[in-house]
Amino acid sequence: MKKISIAAYLAVKEIWKFRGRFLLVSLVIGLITLLVLFIAALGEGLGNGNREYLSKLAGELVVYQAKSDFLIPASRLDLNRYSEIKNVEGISDVGLLGTANSQLLLSGDDKFLKTALLGVEPGHVGEPKVIEGSQLSAADADEVILDRNVILRSSIQLGDTITIRVTQGTEDQIFTLKVVGITDGQQYALQPALFVPFFTWDRIRPKSQAEINFSDPVANVFIVKVDQPENVEIIRDRIEEEIANVETATRKEAIQALPGYSAQQSTLNTQGGFTLFIGILVIGGFFQIQVLQKISQIGVLKAIGSANSVVAWASIIQITMITIIGVAIGTGLTFLFSLSFPPQVPIVFNGTTTAIAIIALLLIGPLGGLVSIRYAVRIEPLKALGLSS
Amino acid sequence: MTTMNALETKSVIKTYQSDSGLISAVDDVSLTVASGEFVALVGPSGSGKTTMLSILAALLKPTSGQVLIDGVDLSGLDDFKRVNLRREKIGFTFQANNLVPYLSAVENVELMLRLNNKLDKAGKLRARELLARLGLGERLNNYPGQMSGGQQQRVAIARALIHNPSLVLADEPTASLDTERAYQVVETFAGLIHEQNRAGIMVTHDLRMCEFVDRVLIMKDGKLTQILDDRADIRKLSSARN
Ligand SMILES: Nc1ncnc2c1ncn2[C@@H]1O[C@H](COP(=O)(O)OP(=O)(O)O)[C@@H](O)[C@H]1O
Ligand SMILES: [Mg+2]
Repeated sequence: MKKISIAAYLAVKEIWKFRGRFLLVSLVIGLITLLVLFIAALGEGLGNGNREYLSKLAGELVVYQAKSDFLIPASRLDLNRYSEIKNVEGISDVGLLGTANSQLLLSGDDKFLKTALLGVEPGHVGEPKVIEGSQLSAADADEVILDRNVILRSSIQLGDTITIRVTQGTEDQIFTLKVVGITDGQQYALQPALFVPFFTWDRIRPKSQAEINFSDPVANVFIVKVDQPENVEIIRDRIEEEIANVETATRKEAIQALPGYSAQQSTLNTQGGFTLFIGILVIGGFFQIQVLQKISQIGVLKAIGSANSVVAWASIIQITMITIIGVAIGTGLTFLFSLSFPPQVPIVFNGTTTAIAIIALLLIGPLGGLVSIRYAVRIEPLKALGLSS
Repeated sequence: MTTMNALETKSVIKTYQSDSGLISAVDDVSLTVASGEFVALVGPSGSGKTTMLSILAALLKPTSGQVLIDGVDLSGLDDFKRVNLRREKIGFTFQANNLVPYLSAVENVELMLRLNNKLDKAGKLRARELLARLGLGERLNNYPGQMSGGQQQRVAIARALIHNPSLVLADEPTASLDTERAYQVVETFAGLIHEQNRAGIMVTHDLRMCEFVDRVLIMKDGKLTQILDDRADIRKLSSARN
């Protein structure tokens, strides 16, 4: 204990005396922190933009056409199977989901916002809960619930009538819808989402020439809510047994299967990991150079009777302090920067992800410093006399 | 009743293996230094002075022979006990990079008390008094980088004495000083060693510094070739042009 307090005394004195030099290293760690936290936030933001709607679903299972590889746009489910699945035991609710893209026209000539056009069933699972206004009223009403992100990026308000443009066959079609409700963030495929009643969706979605004349509505997937969430696996097997030609994914599997989702997340994770690694090298390099410059000084400390543990603890305390100061600076900078980002930038600071990143950043100090600490401990006190054994 | 010597060595030998065979850096040296005695260790470059000092300092183990400090045989001590012995019983000044650069003069001196867990009010006062005795009363809060070589050596001397060691070892304390400063530093050093009743050994290649010591040990090729303890002989040695 006494030794640690002497070590802390030496460590703090040295940092204070050479504070400019140490601050510089802290700043570098601060910048690395900024980078790592932003990469994490970008990962979170992009991931969130992709999965937000699915991850907030009240349902536990997503039902796809068989062999669709859990790709929502590739899956087609007709309404016969919809009536069948409702009868499967243990299911409390099923909702249709149709996905498409549309251009939301904004005031001003050529301006529009690319949006996901999602068809959901009013009153059933899949229709997001509004935080303002009301839910969709009827299966084919010309109504829309807007994702909060649409509001953030336009001047549209509750009660307005919006205009969307889609291509049907070879022609551009214009449709108008009344905004009846607004939900919290519900992005889908990195776009803000418009939620319309399923049969309205089937009418106004982009279509090929062939589809225009084909009158039976087709959903992409069904969202299933089970009676008892602990029975999810049983229900899942039951659905695949009882309904012909379908496959089922849990919500988590459905998210992982979103186009590009896993690849994007692992790319960003690799980048974050690599930045951390650079941090380890920077800290390791700095402290190794320090210790090389201090050989005779450390020799003197040992010669006059400082134990190895004092020297080791002093290094550990210094490295830890410098890292903590650097990470604190970086976190502060990140916070300041984050205030200045517009809503279009897909950056989301998630508590858990940020905490994990910060813990990883705090570990780079001790890891980078290992070599120099080992080196310092091995310096012979004989070096004080300019000798070695 | 016999007074115990602060330092005693018996037939100390240190050999090194080199390309051209064995080198005897220290060759069969036996000596004693009593408390209150200040001794100079002189000799040409390569004669084994620094090696001998390292052995006395418990920093280097001799190939054979015995070293006793306050009657304790160093060969019986493990590394841990050697560190403790250096901290409690020995005071050091080194030729270069003596002081801890990020501690002020008084903090450098107090460090010795801190390491020995003896830094109390009285200790702090003694550190300041000792530095004042050494002419550094105005320099207490200066850092080594802000002091001259002579001032730094005097801080090191204070550090070497503050914890009441039995043995004080000084390696070339005047190497970086001009003649006048060198005389001043060694004179003060000798005075304090006598006054505080320590056993002091100073390695030097500057024979003029022998003026202030009680005995001169002359080494050559690792051997202790001559011991001068007559005042007249010492005076003659120190005043000779070299
Ligand atoms: N670590 C070592 N390895 C080999 N030879 C050494 C070593 N240390 C000292 N010596 C040799 O021992 C002799 C005495 O060296 P030293 O004690 O430094 O002499 P001095 O301090 O009197 O100049 C020299 O010949 C030197 O080369
Ligand atoms: Mg030497």
